[in-house]
Amino acid sequence: MPGILKLRVTWLWLFLIAATVASWEFGHGLGFGENIRLSTTAVIVIAFIKARMVILDFMEIRHAPPGLRLLLEAWTLVVATTLLALYWQSA
Amino acid sequence: MSEQATRSHPHLPGESGVWVFILGDMLMFAAFFIVFMFYRGEDVALYAKSQLTLNQHLGAVNTFLMLSSSWCVAVAIETARGGRPRGAQGWLLSAMACAVGFVVVKFFEYSEKIAAGFTLTSNDFFMYYYMLTGLHLMHVLLGLGVLTYLWFTLRAPSAASTLRTLESGASFWHMVDILWIVLFALLYLVR
Repeated sequence: MPGILKLRVTWLWLFLIAATVASWEFGHGLGFGENIRLSTTAVIVIAFIKARMVILDFMEIRHAPPGLRLLLEAWTLVVATTLLALYWQSA
Repeated sequence: MSEQATRSHPHLPGESGVWVFILGDMLMFAAFFIVFMFYRGEDVALYAKSQLTLNQHLGAVNTFLMLSSSWCVAVAIETARGGRPRGAQGWLLSAMACAVGFVVVKFFEYSEKIAAGFTLTSNDFFMYYYMLTGLHLMHVLLGLGVLTYLWFTLRAPSAASTLRTLESGASFWHMVDILWIVLFALLYLVR
């Protein structure tokens, strides 16, 4: 059992849980207080940082052929940017 | 030493055919996420009002379960690589337990919503809510089947192909996790 503490994925998992709690708080209206737009921006950015961590280290794309890594990094960046742009346009 | 050597070369985690499927699925969900955000922009008030009826706590609990399940699968892979298939099976069982927990919470959440009168046809927000979470739930159920299959694979004498199969299934499961991370933010938290 102590072996799992030596694994990078275990520390990442703890970080992902903490990041979820943080974004949950932003979703509650804490963080940036009444500034809903900043809170939502934080929620979206945190979600895609989490997604990228799962991609790189749980899926092990960090060690994958560069083409695949590029595709998945592009997915993260393009989807996050588009969602943020649509959000800010409507807010 | 050998691990260092393999790590320094690019390594595709799983079969290339599985990756075609994963990338296709991720593109499809990307389109759904964007369509959702676009239509939300057309009627922010309705989406905001409907979102207030969602149970954020259940959404967060499911996020914890999904992240934990994904982590268990990652540990299972490491354990199998370390030549301990029994240990890997244990981690897969933990991953399955988290996935079953996710499904139970989801059904509880659906029944709560339906009892309160919110269905697929209530409004656009709920149409997307049921469609996106329903499609994701189908992936979770498929993933549960995949994890079960991986568990049985580990019963057979260890072979190079076993690890490859494990990686394929794990990659699919991590994708299901990634999609939920985004869905949780979009449906429950974006205001």
